[in-house]
Amino acid sequence: MSLAYYPGCTLKTKAKNLEEPAIASMEVLGAKLEEIPRWNCCGAVYSLADDDLIHQVAPVRNLIRAKEQGGNELVTLCSFCLNTLKRANLLMKENAEKRNTLNSFMDEEIDYSGEVKVVHLLEVLRDEIGWESLAQKVKLPLRELKVAPYYGCTLLRPREVAIDSVENPTILHEFLKALGAAPVDFPESARCCGSYQIVSNPDDISGYAWDILSSALSRGAEALVLTCPLCDFNLGRGQEELRKQHSEFKGMPLFYFTQLLALALGIDPQVCHFELNYPGPESLLREKNLLSRGGSF
Amino acid sequence: MSAKKKNRNPAETIVKEEGKVAANLIPIYIMGKRYEVPEGLTIMKAIEYAGYKFIRGCGCRGGTCGACGTVYRKPGDYKLQVALACQKTVEPDMYMAQIPFFPANRARYEFAELTSAPEEVFKLYPELFRCVACNACTKICPQGIEVMDAISALKQGNIAESARLSFDCIQCGLCTSRCFGESVQYHMFQLARRIYGAKIIPEAEHLAEMVKVINKGKYEEILEKLKSMGEEELRELYEEREIEPVTTGEDWRPKDKSCL
Repeated sequence: MSLAYYPGCTLKTKAKNLEEPAIASMEVLGAKLEEIPRWNCCGAVYSLADDDLIHQVAPVRNLIRAKEQGGNELVTLCSFCLNTLKRANLLMKENAEKRNTLNSFMDEEIDYSGEVKVVHLLEVLRDEIGWESLAQKVKLPLRELKVAPYYGCTLLRPREVAIDSVENPTILHEFLKALGAAPVDFPESARCCGSYQIVSNPDDISGYAWDILSSALSRGAEALVLTCPLCDFNLGRGQEELRKQHSEFKGMPLFYFTQLLALALGIDPQVCHFELNYPGPESLLREKNLLSRGGSF
Repeated sequence: MSAKKKNRNPAETIVKEEGKVAANLIPIYIMGKRYEVPEGLTIMKAIEYAGYKFIRGCGCRGGTCGACGTVYRKPGDYKLQVALACQKTVEPDMYMAQIPFFPANRARYEFAELTSAPEEVFKLYPELFRCVACNACTKICPQGIEVMDAISALKQGNIAESARLSFDCIQCGLCTSRCFGESVQYHMFQLARRIYGAKIIPEAEHLAEMVKVINKGKYEEILEKLKSMGEEELRELYEEREIEPVTTGEDWRPKDKSCL
């Protein structure tokens, strides 16, 4: 199986630990993530201004690249990219006037009207591979690991682009179960990490991060699993500040879902680039004997 | 001499007076004013023919210096077109203007202190992230560079790809003149190529070896000998030198191997 794949800029720099384990894992699962050629930034944030069409050009251009490849599906790993691409796709499908404006602006490209379906890798695992088949491929079940599934916003909101139930999402829970881990439910599971507010209101973000992490900790979670580099930044790098504010807080490792996937499939942990995780998960993984196969970082 | 006669197109005068075959005159519009110029001239020569004198906006006249970027439109076509004035021949009804310079700030950096990390480019040119993928830069590039793709490569931290894509850039600045995000693409690409050339591609081992050989003085004696020769002797040496045949294989070597 070959899947047209959109990486996104951050996955090529700061979040290699999201991308590389995904590519390796999908190979083990019999699917090749084929990076689409000549992709550009997804637009980073979906523009909410109704007449701000110029900011739809970037995501739509990527959808055109996918259409050119002849596929009808485009897979993303970063939930922010998913959100931006999927919402732009919806606009091209449903709003004829804006579709025409955008198509005529991009006169060097083929016309586009929402033909490509944008999906997240979690959906591919759920709908195309299936949790049971995934569970059968697991070589190193994450049995001892208590992980809080953190959805954040962009996988679930707004409703029309959600990959799961907005109110009661379970896709990450099911994913963790398939890998043999114990999902730890917590009420902040789909709460916003603060997103780009980190730039203008860092103090507020500290509060969000504390609410989310302390809630997961208090329910016995040893780590958090997520899908978004921006959530990872706010909840991970944000822990430096939290340790100053809360003397009892010792820190909590965060994993990209693809890292846990690769680990459970018995792939060399070096592919997971755990050195890019902050805080580092090495001692937790050693404690749980989850590095035994691949050895070192 | 009547006023009418005086204003006659100089091309006609020259052609008739010298009795040569007349070149067809075609109308072009330079900054909105109509001129009739002989067809077959480059835009640059046509502008000079029309009476303008270049003191800027003209450099190598060979298509490589990037000084003569020109934009034009033709009637009935909304497309803005682009050319280097020294390379493109005039076409009837071109409406044109040169954009020899466009303000673009180049970041200052101490090159030796830079690494090959993508963040070096991000820090020096943060406006990179204002790109909205409108592609106006690619459409205007007279070199046919995929400018937007080269910008995307930088955003993706792929300095090598940006250097590769922008290799033909002659820094005419037309991309910058059109940028919605106010980026200075050609300066960014120059930085990418510098970093790529100096800090990403592996150093050539044979070059380091050769430098060592030279520093050990291999050519001192040969150079001294040349320096002591008189003009006649030098000329003779030059004229009798062994020349590599026009068609030969890579394994060709001169008979005298003392300089190899």
